[in-house]
Amino acid sequence: MKKLQSSLTNMVLSLGIIAIAAAALLAWMNRLTEEPIRLAELAKQESAIKEVSPAFTNSPVAEEILTSSADGEQAACYPARDNGRLVGVAVKTVSHNGFNGDIELMVGFTPEGNIYNYSVLKQGETPGLGTRMVDWFKTDKNRQSIVGRDPARDNMTVSKDGGDVDAITSATISSRAFLDAVNHAYGVFRQVSGQLSAAPVAEAAPADTTGVVTNN
Amino acid sequence: MKKLGIILNGLVNENPTFVLMLGMCPTLATTTSAINGLGMGAATMFVLICSNLVISLLKNLIPDNVRIPSFIVVIATFVTLLEMIMKAYVPALYESLGLFIPLIVVNCIVLGRAESFASKNGPFDSMLDGLGIGLGFTFALTLLGMVRELLGAGTFFGMTVFPDRYGALIFVLAPGAFITLAYLLAIINKIRKVS
Repeated sequence: MKKLQSSLTNMVLSLGIIAIAAAALLAWMNRLTEEPIRLAELAKQESAIKEVSPAFTNSPVAEEILTSSADGEQAACYPARDNGRLVGVAVKTVSHNGFNGDIELMVGFTPEGNIYNYSVLKQGETPGLGTRMVDWFKTDKNRQSIVGRDPARDNMTVSKDGGDVDAITSATISSRAFLDAVNHAYGVFRQVSGQLSAAPVAEAAPADTTGVVTNN
Repeated sequence: MKKLGIILNGLVNENPTFVLMLGMCPTLATTTSAINGLGMGAATMFVLICSNLVISLLKNLIPDNVRIPSFIVVIATFVTLLEMIMKAYVPALYESLGLFIPLIVVNCIVLGRAESFASKNGPFDSMLDGLGIGLGFTFALTLLGMVRELLGAGTFFGMTVFPDRYGALIFVLAPGAFITLAYLLAIINKIRKVS
């Protein structure tokens, strides 16, 4: 077949047809992958909650509580219940003070308000320095671990700022941002904990698995 | 044997990274570990094969004056497809490659092969060319990632070789990418001169 001439109609037609075919293909693929993408994101959230709370039997994602911290930051709380009894609360928060973009954390608290565990959902810190936050604050060494601490009693800032937590070596800015997010999370936890510990009786045991939404 | 020659051409004689020096942005940015380099190489290879195939099939239907926009639309379509598939089925890899997947659209290797090979050759040869160039790119990125990961973090494909406190952090950071690439290029040029 001979190559098409570069006349106006030919150009408009061929480019138009290619664009329409591409759009149709993408629309079809988008519909095909919509569900798996949603499931993958959900699974990621679930596994982060599992990591930061004691074993639970309900579906924390279904009980999601959307709220905002004192300074208007969006936050989400996921109550973890074992047969209706509140065993932990996972709080998702964000800090904008990261060295390179936002830091998103999932912090788990026991009902008493001690930090149970945490998981870094998103960060863009310097590889090898700030990225060590992923396990630095869980490592039981000197005063660097935040696990088991009660932010009401301990001053959750880096020791350089007079706090009780050792910052990551040569990544003080990342450490500050991390603790900033932890403090946000604690504030949000305090805000919702009253309403959560009162709630479990109302929707006891097996009903939990059906995913009752307590979005109030 | 000519078919094998097309693949080898991409892998050795016209290796996109070590010989043509194309696509340096993803090469330097994504090779912080061997597995990231491998993932980026494989993603680019997928786009190369698909876009080469489609462009060589359409080459007579595309008037010369609009060939570049047409090629870009075809390439962008495949990149977006890939992005959606990766998001759905390998979210962890997608996250670590992040921004660089959509940037494959403007990777000069892909457009370069479309322009210099696929628009002049048949569909099967074009696919083989995509495969060869893709393999060459993947090989280069994996090698670079392997060296940087080993020197910087003391791991090989995630397995610990020596404790990371002995690693030179600079190799995982941006300057290490330039240093490693320069040394690899020097070594490969030396080998090519000899043979």
